[in-house]
Amino acid sequence: MTNSIEEVEGNDVLFIIGSNATEAHPIIGNKMKRAVQKGSKLIVIDPRKTELATMAKYHLRLKSGTDAALINGLMHIIIKENWQDADYIANRCTGYESLKENVANYPPEVVEEITGISKDMLYKTAKLYANTKKAGIFYTLGITEHTTGTDNVMNLANLGMLTGHIGFEHAGINPLRGQNNVQGACDMAALPNYFPGYKACDDKDNIEVFEKYWGVKLSDHKGLRIPEMLDGIVDGDVKAMYVMGEDPVLTDPDANHVRKAMSSLELLVVQNIFLTETAKLAHVILPATLYAEKDGTFTNTERRVQRVRKAVEPPKGVMLDWKMVAEIAKRLGYKGFDYNSEEEIFEEIRKTMPTYAGITYDRIDKDGLQWGCLTIDSPGSKFLHACEFVRGKGLMLPIEYLPPAELVDDEYPVLMNTGRMLYHYNVSTRISETLDAISPVERVEIHPEDAKIYDLNKDSIVRVTSRRGSVTANVKITKRVQPGTIYMTFHFHESPVNELTNSAYDPVTKTAEYKVTAVKLAKEA
Amino acid sequence: MVSITLNGQKMETSAEKSLLEIARENGIDIPTLCYNEKLKLFAGCRMCVVEITGRKNLAASCSTKPLEGMVIQTHSDKVLKSRREILDLLISNHPEGLFTQVKVGNNKFQEYAKEYEVLKGSYDGEKKNYEIDSANEAYIRDPNKCILCGQCVSTCDQIQISHTIDFLGKGFNTKIATAFDLPISTDNCRLCGQCVSVCPTGSLINKQLANIEPSKIKKVRTTCPFCGTGCNFDLNVVDGKVIGVTPLEEATVNGTSLCVKGRYHTDMISSKQRLTTPLIKKDGVFVEVSYDEAFEYIVNKIKEIKDKYGADSITGLSSARCKNEDNFIFQKLFRAGFGTNNVDHCART
Repeated sequence: MTNSIEEVEGNDVLFIIGSNATEAHPIIGNKMKRAVQKGSKLIVIDPRKTELATMAKYHLRLKSGTDAALINGLMHIIIKENWQDADYIANRCTGYESLKENVANYPPEVVEEITGISKDMLYKTAKLYANTKKAGIFYTLGITEHTTGTDNVMNLANLGMLTGHIGFEHAGINPLRGQNNVQGACDMAALPNYFPGYKACDDKDNIEVFEKYWGVKLSDHKGLRIPEMLDGIVDGDVKAMYVMGEDPVLTDPDANHVRKAMSSLELLVVQNIFLTETAKLAHVILPATLYAEKDGTFTNTERRVQRVRKAVEPPKGVMLDWKMVAEIAKRLGYKGFDYNSEEEIFEEIRKTMPTYAGITYDRIDKDGLQWGCLTIDSPGSKFLHACEFVRGKGLMLPIEYLPPAELVDDEYPVLMNTGRMLYHYNVSTRISETLDAISPVERVEIHPEDAKIYDLNKDSIVRVTSRRGSVTANVKITKRVQPGTIYMTFHFHESPVNELTNSAYDPVTKTAEYKVTAVKLAKEA
Repeated sequence: MVSITLNGQKMETSAEKSLLEIARENGIDIPTLCYNEKLKLFAGCRMCVVEITGRKNLAASCSTKPLEGMVIQTHSDKVLKSRREILDLLISNHPEGLFTQVKVGNNKFQEYAKEYEVLKGSYDGEKKNYEIDSANEAYIRDPNKCILCGQCVSTCDQIQISHTIDFLGKGFNTKIATAFDLPISTDNCRLCGQCVSVCPTGSLINKQLANIEPSKIKKVRTTCPFCGTGCNFDLNVVDGKVIGVTPLEEATVNGTSLCVKGRYHTDMISSKQRLTTPLIKKDGVFVEVSYDEAFEYIVNKIKEIKDKYGADSITGLSSARCKNEDNFIFQKLFRAGFGTNNVDHCART
C-alpha cells in the first residue's frame, strides 16, 4: 500500500476493484464500511455483488477479465473531459502522450461492448474518481490473478497518476495483500529475481555487494519462478525442491499437473505443520512450528513490521524453522549460519536492507514501524511517493486490453471465479475445529436462474468440470453471482478447486488466471 | 474554558468535554456500564450519575457538559446510594450465581456489584426467562444475564457495521435479538465476536474462554497469522496451551476489532494433526526418524544432486505465511549456500 490502513476512513472516494475486503480483509473492510457511514462514496468494480457492492454509490459488475478495457475507458473519458491533473502529469510523470494515444482507442461505446458496463455508468464513475482529491484505489487478487495481472496493476497506476492521486494522505494505490507476511517474504527476497530489499540479483554491482557481505561467490543469473520450476521438473532440469510452509498441490493452478511434476523429483523436502497434500509426495518431511511458538516479525500490507511472540512451546522435540535451515546449511559446510536467535537474523536483515535499517526489535516492542525507515530515529513512512516517485518520474505505460486466456464455449458454458470467504483462510483454518464447524463444506455460489437450469436446490450436490479436472461441492443459490457464472473458494480439500483452474500465466509475474475458468455444471445429487 | 469544582478541587476545563471525561482525566474513576468512548453516546445505564450542587436530580456524567461555576460530587452519599439502587434493580432481575461466574475479559457488572457491596437483589418479582442461544460455534448468548446496556448493538452497528442485533420489545420485555429473533448463525452474523468483548456481563461468552479463571491466564501480544492486515491481539495461555484470543486496546492497526478467524483459530495450535517427528519415506511409507537421520539424508542427497546436475537443479519454495527471519535465512541458504537464485514463494498466487 502506498497509504496506511488508518487512512482508509479519511478517503472521500474509495475506488475498490477486484477486492472483497469485508471477507478477505475483514478489519480493513470494516473501515471501508465506516467510511461510508461517515459519507465517503464507494466505487466497487466486481462481477459479484459483494457486501461492499451493496453499499456502493456505483457498482460496476464488469465481465470477468475485462479490467484493462474498463480502466482505459475511464481514462478516455477523463482526458476527453479534461479532468486530468495537468500540473501533476507535467511535474511528476512521463509517457502521457503515448497513454493518451492508446486510450483514444477506448471510447465508451467500445468499452461498454467489452465490459458490459453502460456508457452512462462509465462517465459517472470517471467523473467521481477524477474530481475527488482524497480518492484512493484499493485492489486485491481480482486484479492480479489474470493473465493480464501486471498490465492491470500498471493501468491502475496510470489512472492514479493521470488524476494526480498518488503520493498524498488518503490518496494512493493500495493493494490489500493476501497473506500475513507476503509483503515481508517479498522484502526478504524469497523471490528468484531479487536480493533482499528488491535489488536485482543479476546486476553486477548488487552481486558484488552481496558477495562481499556473505563472503561467497553468488549466481550471476535470475532463478526460476514457481511455474518454471514445475516445468523444469517435467523437462528434467530440476531435481530437488525444498518447500517450507507451502502447499502448492492444493493452492497452485491445475493441481493434477503440479502433483505429477512434484512426484518425479529426486528429492522433495517438505517442512510443514501438517501432512499437507504436497507433504504426502515428499521424500523427507520436517515438522514445523506455528507462529504462536516462535519469535520474529511479520510485515503487513501497509509495510508495518510487527512482532510475533512466542506464547507456548512447540510440540515436544520439534525444532524451530530457522534452526532447521541453519542446521542443513552448517552440515553442508556453509559459512554464515551461526545465528543464536531470531533477533540476530533480523540484525542482518537491517544491515542488508536500507528500508529496514531503522527498525529494531526494541523499537517495535509495542507498535510496529512502517518501512522505509532508514535511520534509528526515523518514524517510518506512513505513505510513499510524497514528493517524487521512488523511480523519479512516474512512468505512464499504455496498456492494451487482452481477453482472458480461457473463454466460455458451448462445451464449457459457465465462467468460474475463485477466491476466499470470511470464515476460512487458505487451506489451514480447516484444522481449527471451531472454524471448521462454523463452515464445514464448500458451497458453490450459483445464480437462481442457473440453479433452475441445472435443477439444483439448496441441498443439492453439483459437479463442476473444467478442461483439466472435475470436483463436487454443495451449492449456495444467490444473486451475488451473475447468471452464467459461479464462485468457488479454495479452502476445502474435499472440493479442490485448483484441479479446475487454468495454469495460463501472466507473462511477467507468472501469476495464474485463478479468476477466469470455463466450466460445465451437472447435478450430482 | 470554564471553571468548575470537582470533588472539592477547583479547575479550568474545556466546556466541550463531558463531566465523565473530565473526571477520568483527573484520575477519578466513575463507574459506567453502557459508556464506550468508541461508540455514540447511549446514556442509558445511569451508573455514572454525579451530584451537581443546586440541582434536584442527579446528572448522568457521560451526557452532561460543565457550566461555569458548576460544583460536582462524583462519590457523594446520594450518588453512591443511587448507584447501589441501580445495581440492586439489575441484580434483582439477574439469575443467581453472579458472583461465582468466572469471565475472561470485560466483567464490569460483577466488579461493580462487589465494589458497591450489592451482593443480592432486594426486589422480589418476575425474572426474565429467555432461552439461551448456544447454537453457533463461537459464542453463547444468555439474554437473562443481559442488562440492556446496548454496547453490543452499538458495536455491531458502528464498528462492525453488520446490524445483526437490535433492541426488541418494550419495558420489562425488552431484549437484544436478531431479526425475527432467530439464533445467531452465519446466516445473520459474521461471528466477529466484537459484541462479546464489549459485553460487561456474562450475557455474551466466547465459548473457547468459557469457565476459565482469568487469573490463570498469561497474555502474550502477537500479530495475526492470516490476511495481510496485520491485526494485533493477545494470545491467552493457560498451563502452556493457547486457549483463545482477546483483543488489545492499544493495537495500532485494528484496535479492539478482530474477525472470526483471528478470534477463534487458536484450537489449531494444539491440533492432533500436527506433525511432531521428522519422517522419511521408505518403500512408499513414511517412517519416523531422528532429526539427525533426516538432515543426513537431505544433505547427502543435496550434495549428490548438486555435484551431478549443478546448483540450478535445486529449487526452493518459501512462504508468505512464514516470518521475515525464516524467509531471510531460507533465501540465504539458496543464494549463499547452494549458489542458486531458484527461490520463490506464493506471492504470485
